[in-house]
Amino acid sequence: MQKMLTIISNVLRGSASRNGTRVVVSARTYADFTPQATFDIKKCDLHRLEEGPPQQAVLTREEGLQYYRTMQTMRRMELKADQLYKQKIIRGFCHLYDGQEACAVGIEAGINLTDHLITAYRAHGYTLTRGGTVREILAELTGRRGGIAKGKGGSMHMYTKNFYGGNGIVGAQVPLGAGVALACKYQEKNELCVCLYGDGAANQGQIFETYNMASLWKLPCIFICENNKYGMGTSVERAAASTDYYKRGDFIPGLRVDGMDVLCVREATKFAAEHCRSGKGPILMELQTYRYHGHSMSDPGISYRTREEIQEVRSKSDPISMLKDRMLNNNMASVEELKEIDVEVRKEIEDAAQFATTDPEPPLDDLCNHLFYNDPPIEVRGTNPWTKLKSVS
Amino acid sequence: MASLRCFLRSGRNAVSVILRREFHKTSPAALQVTVRDALNQAMDEELERDERVFLLGEEVAQYDGAYKVSRGLWKKYGDKRIIDTPITEMGFAGIAVGAAMAGLRPICEFMTFNFSMQAIDQVINSAAKTYYMSAGVAAQHSQCFAAWYGHCPGLKVISPWSAEDAKGLLKSAIRDDNPVVVLENELMYGVPFEMSEEAQSKDFTIPIGKAKVERQGSHITLVSHSRMVGHCLDAAAVLAKEGIECEVINLRTIRPMDIDTIEASVMKTNHLITVEGGWPQFGVGAEICARIMEGQAFNYLDAPAIRVTGVDIPMPYAKILEDHSTPQIKDIIFSVKKTLNV
Repeated sequence: MQKMLTIISNVLRGSASRNGTRVVVSARTYADFTPQATFDIKKCDLHRLEEGPPQQAVLTREEGLQYYRTMQTMRRMELKADQLYKQKIIRGFCHLYDGQEACAVGIEAGINLTDHLITAYRAHGYTLTRGGTVREILAELTGRRGGIAKGKGGSMHMYTKNFYGGNGIVGAQVPLGAGVALACKYQEKNELCVCLYGDGAANQGQIFETYNMASLWKLPCIFICENNKYGMGTSVERAAASTDYYKRGDFIPGLRVDGMDVLCVREATKFAAEHCRSGKGPILMELQTYRYHGHSMSDPGISYRTREEIQEVRSKSDPISMLKDRMLNNNMASVEELKEIDVEVRKEIEDAAQFATTDPEPPLDDLCNHLFYNDPPIEVRGTNPWTKLKSVS
Repeated sequence: MASLRCFLRSGRNAVSVILRREFHKTSPAALQVTVRDALNQAMDEELERDERVFLLGEEVAQYDGAYKVSRGLWKKYGDKRIIDTPITEMGFAGIAVGAAMAGLRPICEFMTFNFSMQAIDQVINSAAKTYYMSAGVAAQHSQCFAAWYGHCPGLKVISPWSAEDAKGLLKSAIRDDNPVVVLENELMYGVPFEMSEEAQSKDFTIPIGKAKVERQGSHITLVSHSRMVGHCLDAAAVLAKEGIECEVINLRTIRPMDIDTIEASVMKTNHLITVEGGWPQFGVGAEICARIMEGQAFNYLDAPAIRVTGVDIPMPYAKILEDHSTPQIKDIIFSVKKTLNV
């Protein structure tokens, strides 16, 4: 039976690729693939917690394929942004997320789209997981009217529903996130806010002010420190007297999580979300992760760390490879299937890049718009007293 | 209902209101209300009207407000709506902006605007530039922040003088979907003003962006905001005895500025003096003069427009020095006479 199915599907695949149609591989699904498997995941270090997240995670085939697709899309999108930046089609600030995909994807898998999230400037990955499309993101990077912020925000200012960016001032997003959490509690909709910051921002005073108020008022806030070991060019040892970022919340319970393992991140996020929703107040997660690119496109990223270090992480801890290996070793997907996803992703990115490079820039009369919300149109002074520009809400 | 609320607030005023209401049912009853009470009324009414409105700041709840502006509100609305914060301006200003982004309408009170400097990043970078709404309530202390916040696109900045100004503008600020900086002058809190019947209504608001001509005149235009408006009116009263009639304009809003009202006045009087408590450089008066120069009113000026401002020094401590560091009524009178060449 198995052999016959294989022969049939090979024939189908052969004819389909001649026609250029997508191969229906589902004929193999029920018979051949493992529908779900349980994986051991790294134990989290705990702070002020009796118990932590489970040390095993169940992954279904559908989930696995979805995480793989999303992480691969994120990876390819960032690499495309790198390419466009070097071609000078993207300008200004551009902070790439490749290497950290498991964080964004794992977090989203642990919360709902109705929950809220805010992060700093390394935000393209989150814009995607929070409902943005590659098209809108790339078009925003190239400053076109089809961009997610109509071309007026750029890399650091992308927003979607329940995603508050994209923030340029280091650390400023943390009190904002607690404010969103306050609104969640006030409105009693059982929602929470995930509030992200980096190892560099973790030393900011306003973050400690926020820990205090979030804890006092039991705000449903998950503070997450994405520790990628470097704040710009400063390694954590040179920036922080204590690099145990998961303990820095002091009276706030904390966990340190393997940020390269999407399942570990997911389980930890589920655990943290449960903590918040049960009214216990805020909780802190430190995700240990790594960025392959430098801090931004103007940083080659090798003056403060070695190529060997980067290569080692790529070969031993890459989040996409880790998931791929798990799925293949447990017969949850085939090599061909994953390759096919790669092809589809590549096409999606190419189409998006095509759009992002051909879509026109925003019209000049959009210059002064969106100063205020819900206000009658006003006049704005131009560069000289005779130039009056129009601004609508 | 209005009389009941008045009764809870302050005995003396309430009794007189009730009496007047009994005997003079047909004619409108004016009322003496301090700026502090007007602000309190504004917040009370807006808290009642819209459950998304809440107040946070240092000592706003159980202490009844550092300057008693929020007196009685915590007792009435409780912990959820009136929140005492720790002494962490940057933190709670950010929390206020975040709550606004998520759909609430916070009133974020800084005990003095000096403390707002710790949070200026949140006000400017998070609130102003991010095109979301919030409302800011705060007091001036030893510095006028009109020029600082007035400089920034994306913010609205209002500066009330009288009790009616305070109430009407604050209510507009709370209802506005954008960040509004409210520059209250602490020295004005205890000053009573007559409040018209119209202003006593719960629906009374003053539009943001519109100046008010407080006194009509034909010889010279005095433009001012906040506490200095009172000084201008006092100076105008003295000058009237000498036959000089000043037109006094109360800006009410710093940004967006109502230049039309000022222009119309200057085209009538042909002379302009701006009066402010803040420092001269890059200030409100500088902006007004620049705009008048650039506009049609320039051709109507019979003398250069001049600015009367605070002295260009940090606020000194000794009382006599302090008194001399902001414009006095005699400074305004002197400037008017110089401008008119009398």
